[in-house]
Amino acid sequence: MLQLTNLFKAAFKSILKNRMRSLLTSLGIIIGVSAVIVMVAIGEGTQAQIEQQINALGTDLIIAFPGASRAGGVSRGAGSSNRFTFDDVEKLRQEATLLSAVSPVVIAGSQIIGGGNNWSTTIFGVSPEYFEIRSWKLEDGDFFTERDVRARKKICLLGKTVAEELYPGQNPIGEKIRIRNTPFTITGILQKKGQSGMGQDQDDVVIAPSTTILYRLKGGQYINMINASSISADLIDEAQEEMRTILREAHRLEPGEDDTFTIRNQAEITEAASATSKIMTILLGAVAGVSLVVGGIGIMNIMLVSVTERTREIGIRLSVGARSSDILTQFLTEAVVLSLSGGLIGIILSFGTSLFMNKFTAILTVINPLIILISFIFSGAVGIFFGFYPAKKAATLNPIDALRYE
Amino acid sequence: MNLVIETKQLTKTYQMGEVSVQALRGIDLMVDKGEFVAIMGASGSGKSTLMNLIGCLDEPTSGEYYLDGKRVSALSKNEYADIRNQKIGFVFQGFNLLPRTSALENVELPLVYDRTNRIKDPKKAVIATLERVGLGDRINHIPNQLSGGQQQRVAIARALVNQPSIILADEPTGNLDSHTSIEVFSVLQELNDQGITILLVTHEHDFALYAKRLVEMRDGIIRRDFIVKNRRDAKQDILNIKDED
Repeated sequence: MLQLTNLFKAAFKSILKNRMRSLLTSLGIIIGVSAVIVMVAIGEGTQAQIEQQINALGTDLIIAFPGASRAGGVSRGAGSSNRFTFDDVEKLRQEATLLSAVSPVVIAGSQIIGGGNNWSTTIFGVSPEYFEIRSWKLEDGDFFTERDVRARKKICLLGKTVAEELYPGQNPIGEKIRIRNTPFTITGILQKKGQSGMGQDQDDVVIAPSTTILYRLKGGQYINMINASSISADLIDEAQEEMRTILREAHRLEPGEDDTFTIRNQAEITEAASATSKIMTILLGAVAGVSLVVGGIGIMNIMLVSVTERTREIGIRLSVGARSSDILTQFLTEAVVLSLSGGLIGIILSFGTSLFMNKFTAILTVINPLIILISFIFSGAVGIFFGFYPAKKAATLNPIDALRYE
Repeated sequence: MNLVIETKQLTKTYQMGEVSVQALRGIDLMVDKGEFVAIMGASGSGKSTLMNLIGCLDEPTSGEYYLDGKRVSALSKNEYADIRNQKIGFVFQGFNLLPRTSALENVELPLVYDRTNRIKDPKKAVIATLERVGLGDRINHIPNQLSGGQQQRVAIARALVNQPSIILADEPTGNLDSHTSIEVFSVLQELNDQGITILLVTHEHDFALYAKRLVEMRDGIIRRDFIVKNRRDAKQDILNIKDED
């Protein structure tokens, strides 16, 4: 058998004899490989960004909201026991051992007026623990206290977006805004939190004491959801289970009866969000993979031309004693060298592109070493697959005909 | 007797659709070591077909062929390739050198495919062979940079480098002017004087006279087979031409 190094040397030599053509042939693979790597890098970068944003909410966050998660086909109706009240929150605070903080969340949507402007936003009625649970810091001013909640004080904190919309370039602390004709005094501005993993602007919000919102604004006795945090992120599943047990007891559910509420923890939400972006990554990679295959067809095309062009050379080689297998290996090696060097250039190019994107665009890219390996191997496989037919054609040439070929 | 080639009733029939063409109709040919045989004949006489059979590029329809005393028949493609590699040296009409490839690498080609490792130092052997055909100072030239005569000498060196049992030259001077042709024949005669067996195919009677023996073919059989009486000496011819100038 011929030495492998000699084979590669010969292949390189023959490729270098047709520099321009070889480069253009490899271009398909170069673009394909770099497209695969960059696309997957974009996908993974987005995924990492989403996870980072969600985890910024606090990894120990547990959210309970009314309504069964399992659609059993039976509607339980909106009975009073199916919805949360302040009593449920109180019971959790007293009985739960694995929950470090519990806050009710009352949600109201409304137009607000202040500073001569108006703005439609979401109003959250919560208890002071809420800021701890969501690890939300103040930019300016003060939080409200448990006493304010008990007193149903008409005070509120503004999210950054709301503050900028109503009081651009001003300090709104101490100012009054009107929510459904009720005046609220602004006590603080919350720090910017940015977009959530789902794409919502988390700063487009007004936060006020839960009691104020429920009794003065909405009326009724039901709260929209309960937010809590577990004492540690490791115990989140246990904390969730404890919360479930307490809530079932509060709602007097018999054993065997389905939950009338749903509890989600941060890990599950992160998973759901990253599952979406994972699908996106796979999709992007697959589309780019198609271009890699198209690049392979380009190689096959040029190799076929090359075999025809070099029919005489093949005849000469056969006449001096080359075996069919020698010719096959020669042309296969050329195809593989073409595709592998294309792959290598593609990898370098993708590094450059990824660096460029990270530096000059808002898109975050994370290059996965595994994808580099996979796409490199895949480009080699493309070379073997699409190089085989032309190589086989070369190897089965009859030496007499090949020598006479003009 | 030290027979290099012996054929017994060698025939070759080509099937072209409905028609079958008998290119060879029973060839008995013996070539001894050190001979210089010229096969002559008009086109269609079967001389090229015979050359292909002897060169193991093709298989006979019937008959026997012995090369170096060993029967060559019904071998695998790889075995034929190995015979071509180790026992046969081809010189073609159109030189058939690899383009854009140096003389050195062209001559090295048969050694690349030699699986026996008979030749200990391939590079040295290649250079020695090129020096033998008078191209020691042209080893790194590519075919485009060489004259026709020089290109054919590279081809002869390539045929020689594997120390074959026989050199098969198929119209080696078909593409060359007469002066250069004589130069090429002087190289062949010199090699023959050193003991190399040569089988030449030509249709020019003048050039056939550089051989020691002449075989005339017509319609697929050998018509005449005789020793050349007034053999020409290529070196002497070159000197004569120079005198005329």
